[in-house]
Amino acid sequence: MDMVHVKDVAHSFGREEVLKEVNLSIQEGEIFGLLGPSGAGKTTLVKMIVGILEADQGEAWVKDVKMPSLEQMKVLGYMAQSDALYNELSARENLDFFGSIYGLRTKKRKQRIEEVMNIVDLYDHLDKPVQKYSGGMKRRLSLAAALLHEPDLLILDEPTVGIDPILRQSIWNELKRWQQNGTTIIVTTHVMDEAGKCDRLAMLRDGYVIATGSPKELREKSHTETIEEAFLAYGGEKG
Amino acid sequence: MNIRALIIRILRQFRRDKRSMALMIVAPLLVLTLMWLVFDGDRYEPEIAVVDVPSPYVQVLEKQDAVIKEMSEVEAMNALQGVEVDAMIKMDQQSMQVALEGSDPSTNSAVKMTIQQAMKELGPQKSQLEPAFTYIHGSEDLGLFDNVGPVLIGFFVFFFVFIIGGVSFLRERTQGTLERLLSTPLRRWEIVTGYVLGFGLFTLIQSFIIAAYSIYVLGMWMDGSFWYVLLITFLLAMTALTLGTLLSAYANNEFQMIQFIPLVIVPQVFFSGLFNLDALAGWVQAIGKVMPLTYGANALRNIMIRGKGIESFQSDILILIGFAFLFFFLNIVALKKHRKL
Repeated sequence: MDMVHVKDVAHSFGREEVLKEVNLSIQEGEIFGLLGPSGAGKTTLVKMIVGILEADQGEAWVKDVKMPSLEQMKVLGYMAQSDALYNELSARENLDFFGSIYGLRTKKRKQRIEEVMNIVDLYDHLDKPVQKYSGGMKRRLSLAAALLHEPDLLILDEPTVGIDPILRQSIWNELKRWQQNGTTIIVTTHVMDEAGKCDRLAMLRDGYVIATGSPKELREKSHTETIEEAFLAYGGEKG
Repeated sequence: MNIRALIIRILRQFRRDKRSMALMIVAPLLVLTLMWLVFDGDRYEPEIAVVDVPSPYVQVLEKQDAVIKEMSEVEAMNALQGVEVDAMIKMDQQSMQVALEGSDPSTNSAVKMTIQQAMKELGPQKSQLEPAFTYIHGSEDLGLFDNVGPVLIGFFVFFFVFIIGGVSFLRERTQGTLERLLSTPLRRWEIVTGYVLGFGLFTLIQSFIIAAYSIYVLGMWMDGSFWYVLLITFLLAMTALTLGTLLSAYANNEFQMIQFIPLVIVPQVFFSGLFNLDALAGWVQAIGKVMPLTYGANALRNIMIRGKGIESFQSDILILIGFAFLFFFLNIVALKKHRKL
């Protein structure tokens, strides 16, 4: 069964076409990367899978249910590109709020909040108001909020922007760990070497998927050494 | 050079934001037009009921700028209670009694002026008859502040709830938390309801403080029940909140939210009864009918100045509830822009 299935999706904002003929299948339990420069349509595509944007044409399915679906939203964790936190509130209050929305009971909620704050290494800052957080800390808190309800499908839009290399490494280690627990993860990125860590990739440019496959396949098929070179090679064919 | 760069940048921003530019020109024009409509009306002609007044007196009164209606005493009293007439003149051999409706100081003085003019024309021997004024509501002490006070209470509650509610819902959108909320299984109506209830509690406190302060600290004229005042201000606040969050969907930033003030708030000041609109054309008066503050102000005046019971303003309550529900549902519809479900 495909965890996510995107079928013939096309979308435009006004006259600007952001996505054209996008087809994707994402298997259960894989880390799937959406790689492309900013403006390639990554966020738009991800929002359709999450269900907060409906495509002009085509459909997005999560676990064989067409999005948007409130049922599927329960099993899905989304970390948006903007941090989407209430700056006046403390980290605990933010997580408490999001946890309540997903219907976590008080005791479970408290326990999960401590768990996720440990994962993102913010446990010592639980009661600090978010407006005193640095950019990287906010990013990590957003990630913590997406993990709170132990989703089956985790959708992360540029999760490692503004995070230092050591922490980025530890976040990737965590992603791998969740994957082993059966979580399917979709990550968007414009960082080429980060894309190499995904099981499979879709390269996006100007609203088109120019290539899909594992990092190894993509390099071999284009006869290149790095993902960056592969991206240029595939981009060249279309452009 | 820095300054020049700044100037160019600001001009460019304006060019991109055509709406702000239009507003800077259109809004003052609109406000000026409204003020002109209100202040350029003809002088108010009071409507006076006359009871047992000898015809020479009636003839002189009719020559003044006033509408004179001959009635029986019972009819006149009913008309006074219903604010169909502004005053009643009753005469016998020795005395002239004038009963004023009393809730609007400017109407009171228009009535007095009409009578004084008439007495002057009648000549010295007849004008010895000194009119005695009595008031159905209020008294001679009822000042302009007492008269506009109930409207001002309603207005300030409306104004601040509108702005604060609107801006905070807007920020929910601009900081991305609204989108985040819509990626959860929350339903659209739940989001709107949460907002209304959360703010509702806050506005209840706010309404209480404003009403209590006006009545007990400022000593505003108060003949009715405080709880009725609280009910009306709360309903006004709910209307303002739902309207504010609704309109915030059409603003891209806080600045654009503020731009709604001259369009939505200021006109309500002019048409909600702060100024007497009876002398204006029907279509001008009709503008007030679509404004929530009109109903809130009318109810508050009935409670505070006239000391009336719920039957006199129950239609105002229903209309305010209607406005709040209408805006509430439109909010839910407006969120469809973000998520269809």
